[in-house]
This record gives sequence, C-alpha cells and structure tokens, in this order.
Amino acid sequence: MATTDLFHIRTEEAPRLPAPVSTTGVIGWMRQHLFSSIGNTILTVIGILLAYSILSPLVEFALINAVWTGENREACLPQDGGHSGACWAYVKAYLPQFIYGRYPTDEIWRVNIVYVLFVLLLVPLAIPSAPFKKANAILFLAAFPIVAYFLLTGLVIGSWVILPIVETAVWGGLLVTLVIAVTGIVASLPLGIALALGRRSKMPIIRLVSIIFIEFWRGVPLITVLFMSSVMLPLFLPEGVTFDKLLRVLIGVTLFSAAYMAEVVRGGLQAIPKGQYEGAMALGLRFWPMMYLVVLPQALKLVIPGIVNTFIGLFKDTTLVLIVGMFDLLGQIQSSFTDPTWSTPSQGHTGYLFAAMVFWCFCFGMSRYSIFMEKKLHTGHKR
Amino acid sequence: MSVMEQDSAGAPARASLMNDPKARGIFYQLVLIVALVTLGYVIVTNTIANLERQNIASGWEFFGNTAGFGIIQALAPYSETSSYGQALLVGFLNTVLVAAVGIICATVIGFIVGVARLSNNWVINRLAYCYVELIRNIPLLLQIFFWYFAVLRAVPQKREKWSFLFDTFHLNIAGFRGPKPIWEPGSSWIGYALIIGIVASYFVSRWAHKRQDATGQQFPVFWTTVGLVVGLPVLTYLVTGMPMHLEHPVFNETGPILQRGFELNKGFNLIPEFLALTAALSIYTASFIAEIVRAGIQAVSHGQTEAAHPLGLRNGPTLRLVIIPQAMRVIIPPLTSQYLNLTKNSSLAVAIAFPDLVSVGGTVLNQTGQAIEIIGIWMAVYLSLSLITSAFMNWYNQRMALVER
Repeated sequence: MATTDLFHIRTEEAPRLPAPVSTTGVIGWMRQHLFSSIGNTILTVIGILLAYSILSPLVEFALINAVWTGENREACLPQDGGHSGACWAYVKAYLPQFIYGRYPTDEIWRVNIVYVLFVLLLVPLAIPSAPFKKANAILFLAAFPIVAYFLLTGLVIGSWVILPIVETAVWGGLLVTLVIAVTGIVASLPLGIALALGRRSKMPIIRLVSIIFIEFWRGVPLITVLFMSSVMLPLFLPEGVTFDKLLRVLIGVTLFSAAYMAEVVRGGLQAIPKGQYEGAMALGLRFWPMMYLVVLPQALKLVIPGIVNTFIGLFKDTTLVLIVGMFDLLGQIQSSFTDPTWSTPSQGHTGYLFAAMVFWCFCFGMSRYSIFMEKKLHTGHKR
Repeated sequence: MSVMEQDSAGAPARASLMNDPKARGIFYQLVLIVALVTLGYVIVTNTIANLERQNIASGWEFFGNTAGFGIIQALAPYSETSSYGQALLVGFLNTVLVAAVGIICATVIGFIVGVARLSNNWVINRLAYCYVELIRNIPLLLQIFFWYFAVLRAVPQKREKWSFLFDTFHLNIAGFRGPKPIWEPGSSWIGYALIIGIVASYFVSRWAHKRQDATGQQFPVFWTTVGLVVGLPVLTYLVTGMPMHLEHPVFNETGPILQRGFELNKGFNLIPEFLALTAALSIYTASFIAEIVRAGIQAVSHGQTEAAHPLGLRNGPTLRLVIIPQAMRVIIPPLTSQYLNLTKNSSLAVAIAFPDLVSVGGTVLNQTGQAIEIIGIWMAVYLSLSLITSAFMNWYNQRMALVER
C-alpha cells in the first residue's frame, strides 16, 4: 500500500507570508480609519475640506501675511489693495500693557517679583512628588498673598515710604486677570469648605442657610453678581466707608466661586466612606479634629481636579470684569483698539487672536494638569 | 457646671451641657441666626440711609414711567413712549429667545460633535477633538466679541449684500434677512391642522407600539408621522385657498444713495447682535455638551451592543433602541446644568448691547438709579429660570431613570 504517494504531507513549515499590504502600514491604517466604507470616505473628504477651509485662511492671516516688525500702523496697512495679515508688531508694542496694564514703569519689578514668586511656589505645589508639600502650601496660601498684596499695592509705614502706593485703577492686563482668578480661588476655598460642611451638617438651620447661599449664587449669572458688587455693595456700607473697585469685584467673585467650590468639596466629602468618620470618632476625635486630620485631607485630595476645573472656569470668567469697567487682559486689548497709532483693519483680529492664544494656553495647560491629576489619583481608589 | 453633675446622687453623672452635641448644635444655630439678623439689619439701615442721602426713590413706581429709549429688537409691542415695565418685559423675552435658540443649536451641534468624537474615522475624530479643546478653553466673552466685531463686521456694508439659497436669505452688516410668512384670514386652519397632526401621530405611534408588542407586526410610524405633521397642514393650506404668502425683503440697488439697501419692515431680520450672541453661545456650550455626550455613550458598556446584535438588531436600531436610551440617563443631569449655564451666560449680551434683560435693566438702572429693584429683578428672573429648568429636567430624568426591581 503505497499510500504515502497519494498524499502530500508537508514536513516543514510553510514560509510565513507578510500580511496583505492593504491591512498593514500606512495603507492599512488609512483603509481602516479613513476609507473603510463609501460613507466614511465621503466623511473623510468633507473633513479634510473643512479643516483646510479653516486652517488655510488662519495660517495665511497669522503667519504668511503677518507683519512682525514695525513702528506704527504704516507697517501693518494692507499692501497694494491685498488682504492684510496679522499685525504682530502692534502686539509687540503693546505687550507691556497687556501684561502689566498701566502699572508705573519704574515699579514693574514689583509685579515681576510677584509673578516669579507665584510660579516658584505653585510649580512644586503642583508636582505630586515634590517634597515639603505642607510648608509649600502654607507659604502659597498664607504668606504669598500677604507679600503679594504689599508688593502690588505698596507699603507705607507712617511717613516712611518703603514701596510707593500704586492705585488699583492703574492695574490691568494679565495682572488683573491673575489677581482676580487666584484671589477668587484661594479665598473661596475656605468659604467653600465651610459651606460644604454646612450643607452636610445635621443642624437644620445651618444646613438651610448653606443650601440657600449655594443655590442662590449658583443660580444667578456672574455678570449680575459683578453689577451687584459694583453698584449695590456701596449702598450696603455705612456712610463714608468706601471700597476699592477691585476689592468690590473680588468680594463678588469670591462669594460666587465659593458656591461652586462648595459643591466640588461636597462631592469629595460624599466620596469618603462612612468608616472614616466612625473610625475617627471611635478614636475620640471631636468634629473639627476629625475633619481637619481625617476627612478633609482625603476629600480635598480627591477633588483637586474639580478645583482646577473651577479655577479654569473662573479664569475664563474674569474677562467679564471689563463690563463693569475694569481692564483685565481682554479689556486691555479691547481698549488698545482706540489707539490711532496702530489703527489698521487687521488690528481687531490680531488682538482677539492674541487674547485667544493666551487664554487657550493657560486653560489648556490647566485642563491637561487636571486630567493628569485625575489619572494619578484614580490609581489609589481602584478596587 | 459642677452643680449639675451632682444634683441627683443616685443617677449617673450627666455630661456638662457644653459637651452635649444637641445643646451645642442649638447654640451654634442661635449664634448663626443672631449674626445673620444683625448683618441684615445693618445692611438694611445703611441702605435706607444711603438711599435717602442720595435722593434715590425706592419701590416699584418707576415701572409705569416712560422709558424714552429705543430697543432694536422687541418681541412685544414697544416704542420709546412705552414704560420701564414694558422695556424690562421686552428684555426678558429677548433673553428667553436667545436661551431657547441657543439651547436648540447647542444641543444639535453638541450631539453631532460628541458622536463625531467617537467616530472610527480619524479625520472626523480629530476635527471634533480640536473643536472641543479649542472652543472650551477660550472665554465666552472673547468668542462673542470675535463673532460680533471680527466676523459680522467683515460682511458687506448696508448698501451691499451676500445672498444664499437662490436669493432667499441675505446677510449684510444690518443683519440676516429672509422671507416672512404673512398670515391672512383663514390661515388659522393651518395651525389647527398642525395640532391635529401632532396629536394624531402621537396616538398612531402609541397604537403601533401596542400592536407590535402584541403581534410583532411593525408599522411605518416614521412616515405616518411625517405625513400627519407635514402633510396635513400643507393639504389644509391648499384646500383653504393658500391663505398665506411669503413677504420677501426688498433690496434697492438703485435710487438715491441713502435709500439703497434693504427696506425697513419687509421680511424678517435677525440683528447682528442676536446672530453673534447665539452663534457664540451655541458653539461654546456645544463643546461642553459634546464631551457630555461622548462620556454618556462611552458609559454604556460594549456588552450592550454585543447583546443587541444577536437579537437581530442592526446598527441603527441598536443605537436608537439600546445605546441612546441608556446613555441619556448619564447625559441628562450634566446636560441640564449646561442648559442653565447657557441661559445664565446669555446675560453677556450686555457686552455687545443686545437688548436682553441685563442689558435693558442696565439702561433702566442708569436712568432711574434704582439699583436694588433692578438687580432684584435680574436675580429673581435668573433664579426662577434656573429652578424651572432644573425642575423640568428632574421630572424628565425621573421618567428616564432606571426602573429597578
């Protein structure tokens, strides 16, 4: 029986063929992600056209046709009837105003010190692995505001002028934006924690007051709060007592963001298991030590992303102060449009584009940080 | 305190009143009440003194006084001789209009972008991602300025225009113009037909659903609904002898230079302030809604799709009957707060002088100086809009919520 002749049995492995070209590499990827069906192909083409129709005028405006250097509007006027590009020379000329407002030139070093201190204290605080967290936090939340306050407003003891007074009316630009946003968040944090605890309290009146406070501020638009702080607050004060305009806005912003902060903190408090409270009470801790030593450290750590998101919202909302006549970054840019030295058709577009880029960089950076923290904090709580 | 501990020899020593949580609770609450009442009293006395000193009237009498300023867009009858009360009403209606249009547009854009964000198509996916990350990280006010000062100033001047869709709609610096329907006597039948169509299609879909549950037979509900809601009014329109015509805007290209451009009160006109505000609000809020929609769809586990396919559902019905109803449960609560945000953000209208409640109120405030009343109206209106929206959404949410055993 010569059966072996009837069958062919392969004794060695067949050579491995590469995967079809259509499923690997660039082509495979494109087939899978761009042209998997007729509908998908149409979508791809529409998408590319859409992206092109948005990007090409933008690139043309911001880069190709842009004017980078110049002394005045002459440089940025459209050449021989063509479309003009962005006038970056104008932004360059106005940059100090956008950053410091009309802060006296001789005193700008004070603002710079505040900026540097801010970054030096904030960066290690934001890096989870950096040491001395507690000292750093105390420095940032308690010492820095005092130092910054005296540096920015000035320090006069008796007749001895250490730092000349600078009225807040001449502050402007990024300085005002940052002062409002940072003060709003730092001041609203303790208030927000108190309100969150109040809302979870077993005492009915305290709970009711907290709920009314939180829901009231969350229910009204910030712009009415700003109007209220600039128009109504002076009416509430006894005769002769006046507040600085910036301070009035800060009070409004703080109360407003405290309500949002309270809801964020409440989320964190709710996430702490009951066992933590019971354990703390069993150890003989009373309410405040229990909160301070056991519950709040865990709860606040959990809500860092939420706090950062509130901060992003507040940072964007600081632009609203221009409606009540203050000059934040956007207000400063808006007011620079009245300057005839740089008045060109592209001035407005350039200014808005610049403002958009600055705000976008800040907010995008912070939102990335919030996502990073969220991922980092998540690992410890996976079950 | 020590007296209390010894008062009855046999009973266990009572804790000091200071350590009794109940007593302390009452004490703290009393302190809070006293503090709040004192604060309120100080504020009220100060305010009364300040108002008297500055000679500002208080009360609501100013409501009947003549406003004396014009409003560029009024949904209710309004002229310069109307009262402050009417001006505020017009402002309120404009706020509601912007909020309603904004919510509809933002929802549509947001859902499209949210679904696009999950698309397999790389280009669409990236485009949606860029849209979301770009738009939500730029302040809304800046976007309103951009639309108003940069985009809508780049359109043709008063005496020129851009036209779309076979010369039906026009855009120039005075706004967006299109044909306006003019209703003639007898046209109310069209409205009745529309209502009848909607009611009938509701009952048809209920009947079809029941029949499908009982017998498994399907009924073309979609086309019946289209027929009833669109067809019936159109039929009535034709039967009653076409009691409606479109009034097209009139554009004068020749003639004296000052009379060139669109004639007033011909066709409908959306003012540029309205366009800029709604565009910015919708686009900004849509970027947040897109993220909510994406998170909602991702929250439905893939097992649901995998279970729907063997049951014989194709992709469309799977999405419509299985994924979306479950995703909606996750989507609705944050969506509600976005709607509220949009409504509150519509107050930024004041920055480009669109006559919404805050903008008109601001003018009234400047003229009368009655800050407390005006700010009180603002806060009351926005608070009640917030409460109504959240009440409606809570009701909807309860209907959609998972019915657990």
